[in-house]
Amino acid sequence: MEVNLQELNKTEFPVPAELENNIAITSLSELYNWGRRNSLWPMLFGLACCAIEMIATAASRFDFSRFGFEVMRATPRQADLMIVSGTVTKKMVVPIVRLYNQMPEPKYVMAMGACASGGGPFKEGYNVVSGMDKYLPVDVYVPGCPPTPQALLHGMIALQRKIDGQSIANGDDVPWYGVGTAEPTPVPVLGPDIIDPRQMDMIRRQAEAAATDIASIGIRELPAATQMVAARVTADAAAESETSPVSQDALSFVLPTGAAPWAEAEDIREKRKLRALARKALRATRRAAAAEEE
Amino acid sequence: MYGTGLAKGLLLTMRHFVESYVDDIRYGFRKYHHATDNFGIRQGTKTKGVITVQYPDEKVAVPERFRFVPFLIIEDEDHPTRAGKDWCTSCGICAKVCPPQCIWIVRGNDPNTGRPVPEPEAFFIDIDICMNCGYCAEYCPFDAIKMDHDYELASYDRTTHHIHDKEKLSKPNSYWRSIAPTRAYEEMLARGTWEHKDAAKEARRGAASPRRSAPRPAVEQPAASAPAKSEATGPAEANAAPAPTAEGATPWTEDEAKREERRRKALERKARRAAQRGQ
Amino acid sequence: MDNPGLAPEKRLDATTVEEAIAYLRLEYADVVSTDDREGYQGLIVDSKRLVQIARVIHDDLGFDYLSSATAVDYLGAGDQMEMVYHAYRTSGGGALVFKAQTDREKAEIPSLTSIWRGADFQEREAWDLMGIRFPGHPNLKRILMWEGFHGHPLRKDWREAYYEEDQKPFDNRWPGGHVHRAEEKNVFGKNVTYPPDIDLGRLMDSSETAVYQSLGLGVDVERIMDKDGFETNELVVNMGPHHPSTHGVFRMVLTVDGETVTSLEPVMGYLHRNHEKIGERNTYLHNIPFTDRLDYISSMGNNHGYVLAVEQLMSLGRKYNPPTYRCEALRVLMVELSRIVNHLWAIGFWLNDIGAFFTPVLYFVQERERILDFFEAVAGSRMMCNYMRFGGLFGDLPERLKSVSNLTNDRVRDYNTMQFLTEMINERIPRTIDDLERLLTQNEILIERSVGVGVLSREDAINYSAAGPLLRGSGVDYDIRRADPYSIYPELDFDVAVEAEGDMYARYRVRVTELRESVRILKQILPRLEATAGESIWADGKPGAYAPRVPHGEAYGRVENGKGELGYYVVSAGGRGGSSNPWRYHVRAPSFINLTPMGIMSRGYKVADIVGILGSIDIVLGETDR
Repeated sequence: MEVNLQELNKTEFPVPAELENNIAITSLSELYNWGRRNSLWPMLFGLACCAIEMIATAASRFDFSRFGFEVMRATPRQADLMIVSGTVTKKMVVPIVRLYNQMPEPKYVMAMGACASGGGPFKEGYNVVSGMDKYLPVDVYVPGCPPTPQALLHGMIALQRKIDGQSIANGDDVPWYGVGTAEPTPVPVLGPDIIDPRQMDMIRRQAEAAATDIASIGIRELPAATQMVAARVTADAAAESETSPVSQDALSFVLPTGAAPWAEAEDIREKRKLRALARKALRATRRAAAAEEE
Repeated sequence: MYGTGLAKGLLLTMRHFVESYVDDIRYGFRKYHHATDNFGIRQGTKTKGVITVQYPDEKVAVPERFRFVPFLIIEDEDHPTRAGKDWCTSCGICAKVCPPQCIWIVRGNDPNTGRPVPEPEAFFIDIDICMNCGYCAEYCPFDAIKMDHDYELASYDRTTHHIHDKEKLSKPNSYWRSIAPTRAYEEMLARGTWEHKDAAKEARRGAASPRRSAPRPAVEQPAASAPAKSEATGPAEANAAPAPTAEGATPWTEDEAKREERRRKALERKARRAAQRGQ
Repeated sequence: MDNPGLAPEKRLDATTVEEAIAYLRLEYADVVSTDDREGYQGLIVDSKRLVQIARVIHDDLGFDYLSSATAVDYLGAGDQMEMVYHAYRTSGGGALVFKAQTDREKAEIPSLTSIWRGADFQEREAWDLMGIRFPGHPNLKRILMWEGFHGHPLRKDWREAYYEEDQKPFDNRWPGGHVHRAEEKNVFGKNVTYPPDIDLGRLMDSSETAVYQSLGLGVDVERIMDKDGFETNELVVNMGPHHPSTHGVFRMVLTVDGETVTSLEPVMGYLHRNHEKIGERNTYLHNIPFTDRLDYISSMGNNHGYVLAVEQLMSLGRKYNPPTYRCEALRVLMVELSRIVNHLWAIGFWLNDIGAFFTPVLYFVQERERILDFFEAVAGSRMMCNYMRFGGLFGDLPERLKSVSNLTNDRVRDYNTMQFLTEMINERIPRTIDDLERLLTQNEILIERSVGVGVLSREDAINYSAAGPLLRGSGVDYDIRRADPYSIYPELDFDVAVEAEGDMYARYRVRVTELRESVRILKQILPRLEATAGESIWADGKPGAYAPRVPHGEAYGRVENGKGELGYYVVSAGGRGGSSNPWRYHVRAPSFINLTPMGIMSRGYKVADIVGILGSIDIVLGETDR
């Protein structure tokens, strides 16, 4: 890739004209973003029809290595970008979430095509997940069925722009520099239908309601009498929001061993946080002691 | 002899490599020049070697029949009587013929009489469901819904961007004529007028001069300009008029703005500190 | 035999289909009856003696190739489940259709896997989606959905979470179409439904256990002695669904002894997107763009098969105009072009699998892109062409393949259509095929990797219902374009590509020959297009209706697609005037059924050959899982 220094040189400090191609003055954030956005390695991972267009984008005519999407990596450990290229089925969402958890941060998800964005023409199907964002945080949506290679490239440039907008000073932009390990996304479970562990409370309440004959679980056509109950349940769930931490007991029956895989991670995170606090306190007391001595 | 097959293959790879340059010399590097016919040569049947499209700097223009998400045609702003009026009569055929059922139409009703009026009150297309099949455009009896050619629709949020309402869907007739001149011309011939079918009817009813016999020659017949290569640039020039863009066209403008804001604030802080030091 | 239709000296396996049916009716009158429902064909066999009759059909009557086996749920129309079998002879000719009926509640039909191994996956699919049990099946478990899923979704009374109405178009789209997302109407918002008796206390993911259980794992690992007396253990290796060489989200579970594969079990359904359930809700027309998304490499071929099936049904009615000659010629043009695309893609990615990483693919993609440009200009989309209609086409060829500038930096192309086609067919595509052969056919590495690997014998190929290059690579001279011709293929001059060896290299050779034969066909199509220029593509000069009513009956339309025999079984069960929505819509997908022999093809070869063998079958997951 050709390095365009003028593109980087965006501060108020003027660079002499004769040095413009040799020197750039920039902020750390800019430099960091510039490096990150020009080396986004997508995961070599195709789901359906859109994957063929993704391959066409990578191939001779459109060649997305021009943007630093250079290497498609088959292992999630070396990938920065997951292009969800095609219909996400319930059976497939389990490995996808697992793959996402295996990707190192910073990581991005692109929903390519109508299916990955919102279920697409197959949305009504019983084995189709209506949008990848039901399970993973999606950064860019590329509409189309399938998006042409140029539309995909446009989406990828959009992702680069998004990265450009992030600041290293803002913890919300770059959460992966926070303390401790990141929380993995809970992997869905294939039961009688797909079960999102984050929704376990709601499913349990629904099941209880079903047991007392108030409402049937997983409502298609709500009978008039039960509509109120269902409305309440939905409202409750909305209030709790999908990201609410899952209570431990709600999960114990999903995994017979009782240990949710992400519970451990949370534990480690907690410990790290405590340790960091302790170090901070120690430093503070030392400083105070030193000041006293002076 | 063992290895000849391999050598042959390697030579072929070499030939492809060399051919790219031979081709460059043959066309005198003209094929990378940003002129219409050069691009056609480079992407055509005669060229050999590398064919990469440098996407954001040059884009492969899409053919007339290309279909992406649908849009609705409204009458041009400069139309004497029907400016901005929907072509859609809310007959509902597109909603019926849509395979994944991604079209929702609210039929308009006259507030006084309660009778249906030939204009949709609301029109929605969920582009997360749309499969770009083009049936709506194909079976619309009023040529009111067409497939758009703008594929650059990437967004950061689907809940706000991916349900296109009537406002977002509506584009003037002149836009359709600019992206598909030949087809618009054929449709005009079938319809008998450049305007909506009803406009001709109204005109016949109202004015004495029948419009039907004399279609407005707004766009010259595109088929005629086709054979001469030099004229091929014609439609491109005609399209120089800005294509109507959906609001918030580029998804990153927002970020750009944020960035600008941040930079401004940082500069302000810096200035303030400098002032403090000065004091 | 006093069958009047049957000459006494005539051998049974040389009879016509009608004679065969007459023979069965006569000899087995107590268990075989003619299917006399309106528009139906074939025989109804008593399911108790199905295996015996099937044995006669296979052994005595010589119908050695079971093309399709599928189930239909006749809820409200007799309230029974029905298995429909289409058997053919590899020597050519029409289908012998036979059916077996069973009760809906306790659905059970004896398995035919002992006669045609090709019924294996299809019966598993019928169990999975329809809930019919097959006593005698060696490995009856779910195939597309996971083990533990609630219900059998293709049954007519099974409804999914986002269920709106039984048939499209939905009423709430017009005239009072207030936009809604399906999620908003479902409590869980994720397209899920749970059974009312869900037991949250004992909820667990049993889908994985079921995959490994059939391999006898976790119980007692077999210890093997090798020839030097070393004791070794068998190892289970999982490949996929995320694997760069499984051509999509396909999964294989291998048992290996060292590097050698001792057994292989395909696991699929990771792209099962309910094509058939949605297809039964769609109108006939709605289904055409959905078929594009089956084998998304060659959507034109998919369109063709479906359109043929529905046209067969429509021809039962009174008002039906067959497609015009120009229409047929255009169809063949498109289908053969997409066959070229398909084979270039298949060979390219097979090479990726065996080590020629991406260099050949890049050369092939150049040609593919140009053919896709042509599709885009004619049909409107690169991949999802949606080009064919019942009795016609979306549109004739445009005079010029012209693009129009719309966005900034757009670069315009403008070619004469016929000139573009002529140059492609006479120069570019043959040149690419020559390059391909020069690069590969004599390449020592390719030969070392592929000769004698993944061998499928002739008998197995037929018995396992293999189709396309997989079948012809095993020495079976069976191409539907010749064996059971359709469209204008009878008048076109081409040879069926056959190679006897049955290994990976033979399949590669078949594909290369087919590429050349396709070019040969295209060269014959060009003058036909020139001659018919200006003629209508519609028999009555105007496009067909958007909601055609299709008369009562059943039809099986099949075409030779790039990957093999693509069949559509369509049942129309309307009232007197026919119906606008199919009652049953089944896709006989070559990629799916070609995987049936994957297990025996890979036994005894090395792990590294497995991806090559899979690549040489050439599957596409959209079609495998539907």
